[in-house]
Amino acid sequence: MSLTLEEVEHVARLARLRLSPAELEKMRDQLSRILDHFQMLQQIDVSATPPTAQVTDLINVMREDEVRPSLPREQALANAPEHQDGMFRVRAIFEDA
Amino acid sequence: MTPLYQLTVAQAREALTRGEITSVELTEALLARIAAVEPKVRAFLTIDADGARAQAQAADARRAASDTSPLLGIPIGIKDVISTQGLRTTCASKMLENYIPVYDATAVARLKTAGAVILGKLNCDEFAMGSSTENSAFQQTRNPWNLERVPGGSSGGSAAAVAAGEAPATLGTDTGGSIRQPAAFCGITGLKPTYGRVSRYGLVAFASSLDQIGPMARTVRDCAIVLQVIAGEDPFDATCTAHPVPDYEAALTGDIRGLRIGVPREYFVAGMQPEVEAAVRAAIEVLREQGAEVLEISLPHTPYALPVYYLIAPAEASANLARFDGVRYGLRVPGESYFDELERTRGAGFGPEVRRRIMLGTYALSAGYYDAYYKRAQQVRTLIRRDYQQAFEQVDVIAAPTAPTVAFKIGAHTDDPLAMYLEDVCTLPLNLAGLPGLVVPCGFAEGLPIGLQLIGRAFDEETLLRVGDAYQRVTDWHTRMPEVREDNSTQG
Repeated sequence: MSLTLEEVEHVARLARLRLSPAELEKMRDQLSRILDHFQMLQQIDVSATPPTAQVTDLINVMREDEVRPSLPREQALANAPEHQDGMFRVRAIFEDA
Repeated sequence: MTPLYQLTVAQAREALTRGEITSVELTEALLARIAAVEPKVRAFLTIDADGARAQAQAADARRAASDTSPLLGIPIGIKDVISTQGLRTTCASKMLENYIPVYDATAVARLKTAGAVILGKLNCDEFAMGSSTENSAFQQTRNPWNLERVPGGSSGGSAAAVAAGEAPATLGTDTGGSIRQPAAFCGITGLKPTYGRVSRYGLVAFASSLDQIGPMARTVRDCAIVLQVIAGEDPFDATCTAHPVPDYEAALTGDIRGLRIGVPREYFVAGMQPEVEAAVRAAIEVLREQGAEVLEISLPHTPYALPVYYLIAPAEASANLARFDGVRYGLRVPGESYFDELERTRGAGFGPEVRRRIMLGTYALSAGYYDAYYKRAQQVRTLIRRDYQQAFEQVDVIAAPTAPTVAFKIGAHTDDPLAMYLEDVCTLPLNLAGLPGLVVPCGFAEGLPIGLQLIGRAFDEETLLRVGDAYQRVTDWHTRMPEVREDNSTQG
């Protein structure tokens, strides 16, 4: 199982991680070896086995839809790197916005 | 007289109740111990001495007013992935270096209501990802039994602090062994509760279907006392079930006659240190002498647990850690555009292991690989869970090693992530099934502690605690404390 550099770059882009060329190469090597080891999972016949996503056996947990107190705005903003007029400040997402 | 910093939670509770000591005296003794050994152990990321003193005074005042809350005046340390209102919570990551939560995790809120004194925040692997606490962005916590060895991880600070006498009890978290493996490596007692037993609200999420908060202390009884306070339904965590919370201390009867204990052959893996296997088998023999029936059992899908875990946990992590975008909290690195800033922030804020797991998880979830990796891992997860369900038709408790070796040297695995993952081979299967696991000290090799792991049925912490406590009634491994000396000589 050998990943290509292009595949690693693609995954880094999906994950929104800026990695240096040296780290991309190291990641390629390490992830390839880890995935090699994981090939053992392909040996098992799971065609009739349902997947397990969680183990609580709870289905839906419902509650009344009632208004309850929430964080005051100043507390919600307290850890923001930048805020303005009571809102989180971010860079424009669209280039010419 | 025993120095105050060496008191267990139960002993401190008794001394406080009788008025022999005050919480202020106990807290000062622990702060003095922290000052003395912390330069060597480095378990704490944040020591809240002023806050602890104020809480201790408040606890003494509550006691004077006839308050009998279960942890009144007892000092406790908290792993730094669990939110503490007004007290910096970093997850041992540059991403959250200056993050100050505006609310308490439910487990912390319940400790405070019960009267506990919060000493500070404990080091761990970044975002709880690791098995040695070497992935902390800030410092290397060292094993109090030998300062050249790791304390285990990810709750390495929580384990080392208890072992070194810096706190009688701490909270850790366990996603794939992060309470149990460091408890074994540091010679303390640690409980990973059933998934859904303790609220995860305010725990910074790593892998949401696996994460669980639990107590770490020097005795099983102390773990029972802390679990009693933190367990139970929480409207803020829908996965925390309404299952009734029994009286855990009442379960500590010392009587394990007739209990069926299964020993899974797959847990005695190739490459296991012979002294570790010998100590674990000797501990199981002690349980047999106490009247338990010991049976060999098989959990045939155990070898697949490691790849299943290291696909599911990173997949969930890659989704959970998407929230670190430099907008609402945490680091923001300036860039040319929104997306440039986002990528720079995440590239700089996360350390190498966190980046690796995000990459692995993103890959496993990405188009074209989802069925081959993530879905298949979830299907094999079902088989692992069924193994346990079948085993628990024959036995009441499973007894096994916690880790294949004693604590390894700092730096031993840092260049080989797969070798580090293999450290978790005995602990992570039960997270996949959501089961509780208890580790108790059961011997030494190379002057380093060994831990016996007990695995129970879902929501049957009582039986686990009863077995662990019965063992501690007839053994003294858990009473030994290291001297924390720089010369690394062996003490026992």
